Amino acid sequence: MTTPAAPETAPPTVPVDPRLLEILVCPLTKGPLEYDRRRGELISRSAGLAYPVRDGIPIMLPEEARPLEE
Amino acid sequence: MSDPMAVFDRSAVRRQRTRAAALLEPVRPVLHEAALRLLDRLDDTTRRFAQALDLGGRGVVAPLLRERGIATVSSDLSPRMAALNPPPAVAADEEYLPFAPGSFDLVVASLSLHWTNDLPGALIQLRRALRPGWLLLASLPALGTLDELRTALTEAEALLTGGAAPRVSPFADLRDCAGLLQRAGFALPVADVEELRLLYADPLALLRDLRAAGEANATLLRSRRFTGRALLPAALARLPEEQGRSRVTLRLAVLTGWADP
Repeated sequence: MTTPAAPETAPPTVPVDPRLLEILVCPLTKGPLEYDRRRGELISRSAGLAYPVRDGIPIMLPEEARPLEE
Repeated sequence: MSDPMAVFDRSAVRRQRTRAAALLEPVRPVLHEAALRLLDRLDDTTRRFAQALDLGGRGVVAPLLRERGIATVSSDLSPRMAALNPPPAVAADEEYLPFAPGSFDLVVASLSLHWTNDLPGALIQLRRALRPGWLLLASLPALGTLDELRTALTEAEALLTGGAAPRVSPFADLRDCAGLLQRAGFALPVADVEELRLLYADPLALLRDLRAAGEANATLLRSRRFTGRALLPAALARLPEEQGRSRVTLRLAVLTGWADP
């Protein structure tokens, strides 16, 4: 069986389900998150962290998050 | 680890769940049976649930909730285990939940809260994630779970080395569970027991299955020394037999509570 190669224009990440965007908050501060669709990150300004999204799955673990540079 | 109250090594828990994500198939029937027994409780209420959180359901719970017509978000400490669920799924720590207050009308935690160091804290966060007046349904191994294994290991290790390290996780007492729910702000807390008896033709398969379910030992006091080659055979030979097979019992504490308004 052959699988067709992913088109080169494919976005870098699967987008986050809109139902998740409605309910997710920062696990540390419980503050709101901004969704950076292009980078595939959920940004918590209150914690200064960007949580990665992998294959459409938000990784809401502080140890996996990227510190925001000010 | 500096926290004197910490019993479990959370990074070990996460590693074990990640490893287990690839090994889960043989234990799926046990997890499925445990989930069915838990979700049976939904039939005891006339409420209709619309939006559920499946906490640590390992790809088994979410499909069962969907069959009941309940929209479900799945969450797991391990991103790889989270990915076993039908979307939407998130990776999250039960001790630091990322959900806004009142996001769900049902939380189902099937055999997933027993590796948390701060169970009261996790319950409080789950209560806040629920809409006031709605339901938490959780099962965790109760005192008496794997007792056959615990006894066999302790006796065998004492015989061989004159001492014993914790090799089976400590489990919650049933009365403690109801009290915990109440203190976490759940009304009408109920804790009762479901028993699952497992018979193994080859007792080594029991240890393989625990690993496959992501349930290997993660206590901080676990012995990091190599387990002596003699210990496991000596312990497994001490397991009680039934119909010529080794018996272990899973005692599930089933907890129900309604989030206080």
